[in-house]
Amino acid sequence: MAKEVRRRSSRTGKLSTTQEAYKKFIFRKTAFMGTILLLIILLTGVIITLGPLDITIMEAYCALFDKLYPDCFNVDDLTEQVIWNIRFPRIIGGVMAGFGFGVCGCVMQAVLKNPLASPFTLGISAGAQFGIALAAVLGVSVIGGPYLLIGNAFVFALLCSGFIIALATIKGATSETMILAGIAVNYLFTALSQLFKYFASDEQLRLMTSWGMGDLAAFTWERFPLILAVFVICVPLLMLKAWDLNIMTAGDETAKSIGVDANNVRTFIMVISSLLVATVVCFTGTIGFIGLVAPHMARMIIGGDHRFLIPASGILGAFVLISADAIGMNIIAPTIIPTGIMTSLIGVPFFIYLILKGKRREFWT
Amino acid sequence: MMIKLQAKDIVFSYNSSPILNNVSFDIPPSKLVSIVGPNGSGKSTLIKCIDRILTPQSGSILIDRKEVTRMKRMDVARNIAYVPQNSLRIFPNNVVDTVLMGRRPHLGWLSSDDDEEKVWEVLRMLGIEDLGMSNFNELSGGQQQKALLARALVQEADVLLLDEPTSNLDIWHQLDVMNIIRNLVNKKVITALMAVHDLNLASRYSDRMIMMKKGKIVAAGEPSYVLTPENIKSVYNVEAAVRRQSETPYIIPLKQVAMGRKG
Repeated sequence: MAKEVRRRSSRTGKLSTTQEAYKKFIFRKTAFMGTILLLIILLTGVIITLGPLDITIMEAYCALFDKLYPDCFNVDDLTEQVIWNIRFPRIIGGVMAGFGFGVCGCVMQAVLKNPLASPFTLGISAGAQFGIALAAVLGVSVIGGPYLLIGNAFVFALLCSGFIIALATIKGATSETMILAGIAVNYLFTALSQLFKYFASDEQLRLMTSWGMGDLAAFTWERFPLILAVFVICVPLLMLKAWDLNIMTAGDETAKSIGVDANNVRTFIMVISSLLVATVVCFTGTIGFIGLVAPHMARMIIGGDHRFLIPASGILGAFVLISADAIGMNIIAPTIIPTGIMTSLIGVPFFIYLILKGKRREFWT
Repeated sequence: MMIKLQAKDIVFSYNSSPILNNVSFDIPPSKLVSIVGPNGSGKSTLIKCIDRILTPQSGSILIDRKEVTRMKRMDVARNIAYVPQNSLRIFPNNVVDTVLMGRRPHLGWLSSDDDEEKVWEVLRMLGIEDLGMSNFNELSGGQQQKALLARALVQEADVLLLDEPTSNLDIWHQLDVMNIIRNLVNKKVITALMAVHDLNLASRYSDRMIMMKKGKIVAAGEPSYVLTPENIKSVYNVEAAVRRQSETPYIIPLKQVAMGRKG
């Protein structure tokens, strides 16, 4: 393609230095994403080797490929069992959760034009937490059986964001109404959950607390197809709006003048990303920090073009999440530190370092 | 007479306070028209109504005899481009990406090399190609104004609306930006309608002027017809002398007249 560009512009003369710089910038963005993806693959191998059962990196990759090409590799059954049923699902869960949070944080910051927006701005975690409390304390649930907790978390997370989106749409769906309504509903549902906690027994309290900290242990293969299906539908829909998101960061008036109906796009993005986040949250619990910070990190490194920023936020979110989780699992083994706690403990210092290192005025450029 | 842009009886109000009160005008193709008037007279609101950023309560806006209020927003964007008053961004982009936004009405998900080439062409024409990789927020006022102008130009609409394009600029940049717009009009690339405070700048560059007060058009026509001491006194409550510099009228404000008096 580079050759094509060169040929085309040779009609008007050769590429200027700024044009060259722009092309290099585009290449750097792609290279950055490729590098992080590669690191995730490498890290997966390394993380699999960590734990009570000794596994080498070669065995790790062999076991992973053994499922696909059963006859090519020679891996003993126990190793393969541990890798496929315990260690690998947790990594896949981490990658999907981190990717989902990163992507949703990125698009929400764009449509709300607010650097503090995160996937939980619309009260999703508060709603889910309330659903868990309801199920844990009163045994009341929308869906019964093994999906009691998860079902409740999902339904109340969506109910909460649905209410805010409806309210904002009636009032005109400006970013300000959405943020204010989100904060208000957040407080309401947090208060309701607190109320349940106040009357809960020790056992119920433990359940609520552990869910609130966010844990990847809940991710199993049975749940994988459902989450994957939601990802396959939602992520491309968000990606399709990349141009409109770029334009919306320039303000609603400008967006309208370029042909983008800001309110419609905002509602669309909110609906899709709420669905995505609610799906992830009901399996993993609240892992809050990634969705806020992964987009900022990505923005600092590759700039504000959402065609690149959305996938980069997701990839970076996945990378940070599985790194932090790996440390949490092994630093004081056999005790495992919950994922939500570890991501903040590792991520916050790193993020503050990036803020200090960046330009003073606009750390997110 | 050919008409490019026509407004008929536009009425607009925020809640109950009327901002535009039956505003009507015609603009022939390839002309530069200025809307002048005191603060709060409805200049910017009128511009925004024409681009459907705001929706008028009644009245119609026609571009090439097509009703703008019934067009899809993307179609409006292919016909009319808008240069907003300058504002900083929360998440700023570099200049190329900022200008590339203007190609949105013409593209799908990917930008083609042609789109990018158009951006570079316009940046070269405006003399800001070397700023392509700079952060929009770190540009000077004049450079930002040119970047916003570039974004509107790559939209390739034949009507260009400008909201106070010179308000933050020093006199060199005022002339610079106005010369660019004037040249585009002269080459019949665009028809331009701009809201502007500077009467002398408007007089010097415009084919026609529209003078507004409290949401109504008080006078419209060639600058020498609109810029009279009487009009200025009745619209601005300012006594002014009108002089001429090579056929172009310019005004010298002399003193304020007490507000609220009849006139």
